[in-house]
Amino acid sequence: MVEVNLHGRQPQTVVNLRRVEELREWSYRPTQQTVTIGSAVPYSVMETGKIAELVPALAQAARTVGSPQIRAAGTLGGNLGTCSPAGDSLPVLSALNAVIHLIGPQGTRDIPWEEFMLGVKKNALNSGEFVHSITVPVVQGWQGYAKVGTRNAMVIATASACLVRDADEGLISIALGSVGPTIIRCSQAEKWLLKTTSLRVGAQINADLAVEFGRRVSDEATPIDDHRSTAAYRRHCVAILAQRLLVRSLA
Amino acid sequence: MTITHTVSTPTRSGTLGTNAHRPDGVAKVQGGFAFSSDMWSENMLWGATLRSPHPYAKIISIDDSAALAIDGVECVVTAQDVPGNPYYGLIMSDQPVFAAIGDTVRYCGEPIAAVAADHPETCKRALAAIKVVYEILTPVTNPQDCVSGIAPQIHPQGNVYRHQRIITGDQSIVGDVIVEGTYEIGMQDQAFLGLESALAIPDSGGEGLELYVATQWLHEDRKQIAACLNIPEEKIRLVLGGVGGAFGAREDISLQVHTCLLALKSGRPVRISYGREESFYGHVHRHPATIWMRHHADRNGKILKIESTMLFDGGAYCSTSPAVLINAITHTQGPYKCDNASVEGWAVRTNNPPCGAMRGFGVVQACFAHESQMEKLAAALGLSPVEIRLRNVMETGDRLITGQVMDSVAPVEQCIRETDAIAMPEPLSPNADIRQIPGGTGLTAQPGNIVRGVGWGVSMKNLMYSEGFDDYSTARCRMTDGVVSVKFATSEVGQGFTMLAQQIARTILGVDEVLLDTIDTQVGSAGSTSASRQTWMSGGAVKAACEKVLGDLFDHAAITFELSRDHVRIEETDIVDILSGRRIAVSEASKGVNLDRTEEYHHPPTEDLDENGQGNCHVAFAFVAHRAVVDVDVELGLVKVVQIATAQDVGRILNPISVQGQVEGGIAQGLGLAVMEEIIVKDGKVRNPSFTDYLLPTFLDAPLVEMVLIEEFEPKSPLGAKGVGEPPCISVTPAIANAIRNATGRELPRVPIRPYDICL
Repeated sequence: MVEVNLHGRQPQTVVNLRRVEELREWSYRPTQQTVTIGSAVPYSVMETGKIAELVPALAQAARTVGSPQIRAAGTLGGNLGTCSPAGDSLPVLSALNAVIHLIGPQGTRDIPWEEFMLGVKKNALNSGEFVHSITVPVVQGWQGYAKVGTRNAMVIATASACLVRDADEGLISIALGSVGPTIIRCSQAEKWLLKTTSLRVGAQINADLAVEFGRRVSDEATPIDDHRSTAAYRRHCVAILAQRLLVRSLA
Repeated sequence: MTITHTVSTPTRSGTLGTNAHRPDGVAKVQGGFAFSSDMWSENMLWGATLRSPHPYAKIISIDDSAALAIDGVECVVTAQDVPGNPYYGLIMSDQPVFAAIGDTVRYCGEPIAAVAADHPETCKRALAAIKVVYEILTPVTNPQDCVSGIAPQIHPQGNVYRHQRIITGDQSIVGDVIVEGTYEIGMQDQAFLGLESALAIPDSGGEGLELYVATQWLHEDRKQIAACLNIPEEKIRLVLGGVGGAFGAREDISLQVHTCLLALKSGRPVRISYGREESFYGHVHRHPATIWMRHHADRNGKILKIESTMLFDGGAYCSTSPAVLINAITHTQGPYKCDNASVEGWAVRTNNPPCGAMRGFGVVQACFAHESQMEKLAAALGLSPVEIRLRNVMETGDRLITGQVMDSVAPVEQCIRETDAIAMPEPLSPNADIRQIPGGTGLTAQPGNIVRGVGWGVSMKNLMYSEGFDDYSTARCRMTDGVVSVKFATSEVGQGFTMLAQQIARTILGVDEVLLDTIDTQVGSAGSTSASRQTWMSGGAVKAACEKVLGDLFDHAAITFELSRDHVRIEETDIVDILSGRRIAVSEASKGVNLDRTEEYHHPPTEDLDENGQGNCHVAFAFVAHRAVVDVDVELGLVKVVQIATAQDVGRILNPISVQGQVEGGIAQGLGLAVMEEIIVKDGKVRNPSFTDYLLPTFLDAPLVEMVLIEEFEPKSPLGAKGVGEPPCISVTPAIANAIRNATGRELPRVPIRPYDICL
């Protein structure tokens, strides 16, 4: 709709998915410990309630999307279809290793997050395909999301980050938004952290380690200068966010 | 005979001093109010404007044949269709209605042609089909190059709109303490919510027309439109379309002439309505400015001398640049005593977006500089921000740096002391709601990451137009068989003048119902809804017209009811003869009576400045103090303005809740300039023409406002009231900047303060 309203795009055919009920449903599978969310479930549903309990980072990201009116209309399907590096929910999907379920004339297929987003506003959807739903794991351990903008609400991310600590596996994953052509999963920093410290239940870290983790995370970012901010500030932001999220995850 | 009207404590609902309801209030809240973009006429065409994508380019050719061939396109107009003056402008007639072939476009977004068609989408296609060949030129984007003279002349009328100095007192004085700084103010947008819109309806068979338009000054628009169309002013009737905010952005002509040209050419009603992006190109903005200032003070902190140079980038066309510059340089001293000064100001032409009026009108820029300086002075002397200001406060009777004597009520000291007495907010709680912490729902910070700062700003603002301009206002009052109606051409832009006019008439005439006539050009000029002037000026005119009608009513009642003409007055809704004690209801006394008076109100004349910047150039002044408390995430550079404490000099309060609304709204706008609002221009092009990227404060960004209104009757003002619209937005910006400086220890010489200015 932004493309049509703001950029004068004139699509020949528009298919309205608003009333396709199954896209507006979500489910929790306790046996598999997964949550599957239909592509048309609005953010307002994710902000609070059961989804927020199961996937708190997603709820936090959902809360930062636009205004209440926009959250009542905006969806994961929209974020995935647009595939902007500033898409608020995308770092969460990346850090949680989400699986995207697609549907199209050739049938259905599942794509892991890391193969879905290909570049700025580019994704793996084929012509005629659309996002049916998204599955994320329910992780035992802390998870959180943080987003920097130049306004305290209703703002496009200058930089964002999602950190997930899987206490069972002793793993930390971190993904960044708005600091590269795609969401950036900081696998080098994750590996370094895994090597350096134990992240199992009750693990402690010192402040220097958190700072170093932040520095390594920001090294993996590839931000640019634009009218919203500068590359240097974005790089700085993700370092601070990573540092703070890591400390919070172990607090 | 003189009628003295006593403005005693009002008790009756809807009179002066009460929270009278706005006649347009319920409709606006419920969504039923017709804004100018809601206007529609039978057989109406839609208009749209073709704009230059280049900041500076010569137009080689324009080919509209493909556009005209599109089904549904009615006509195209270009420079060659302008029958009268091809240029317009408020001060200098230098802006083309359309850029012509052979001439140049001088800013990105300059109009080249307009089309009328059966549907907005048809208009879009038509615009895309007009072929314009440009020879692209290198734009002048650095205003300093116009001062130094190295920039090529980009307009026949030159690159300097105005160069003016102020020299007064002893230039050889050197202070015990000297502080200086160079300050920069970014380009702010008025960002009204009701976009530009106009509907032109041509007279059937005649050569005149009616134009319904959201504007700040109907008569000035009509004058410029008539000149461009080469039609006598009497043949053009302007009617105020519903206005959704103005803040200075509707002082200049934008779509008025284009809409009229299309209507005259097509012979059908035409409406043009801008979208948000086009609005950023369609109106002028606040001048970006660079200001150097040096203050000399003695050991006790008394200001001895101020030196300053100011450079205002006026962009491609003049608009009100010369007047904005004069406001800035004449407010260099702020609300402080100063005997010696040397100020030099320039307003220049570049290929950047044109700049003009915005709430605060030049004083915003000057105030950011002098209030930043006051904080430096306090630090250099080891004084508190309050103490340094109290040692210098201006008072009535002081001589300004222009030689003008301050003859307004000037309670500067009281503004500062009352603000200082307002309780500070509670410290940030470790359990604070995330929405109260910098970064808000972005969850970037926890209370432990936050540092608190406090800062001050105090300002002086002139009211009404200056430098010899007679910006009079007209009003007509009728009382017909007991029914009172008031007519004026005063633009109601949301400030509440329609409400105030009713309050005045109710109070003076002792009636409860006051009808409002259509706001149009069928009555004399009201001047602009600008410069915090309409309560004083149009309020004065409505008061004068009502008092004339009251005098006529008294004449009639004295004869009819055998009252003592010299001893009658209005009490509540009765005429009372204070000799006999007889009371006649106004409704009774006015039966069968038909009274009709039109009056003008003129403020005392002012003068031009001479070559040394000396002259009584301003009419009156208002003052305000602001104290800002901010929380800063120093590592990320994010800010939450926690509280603004303010005491404002408002004269007599005519409608308390409306004053409160102006104060709170102005503070939000000043906060915007302090930390987020900026039109980003690079190489002459606007990079953020949308509300996605031009950020306005949201409700979460708005601070808690604690206000004290300092009510002191202003004897020069017809109603005793001062304008309250502009002052709230002026010194709040440096107060916030000073608070962030206090929290971070950084110099931060520029607004808006960006996160990376704080943390990198």
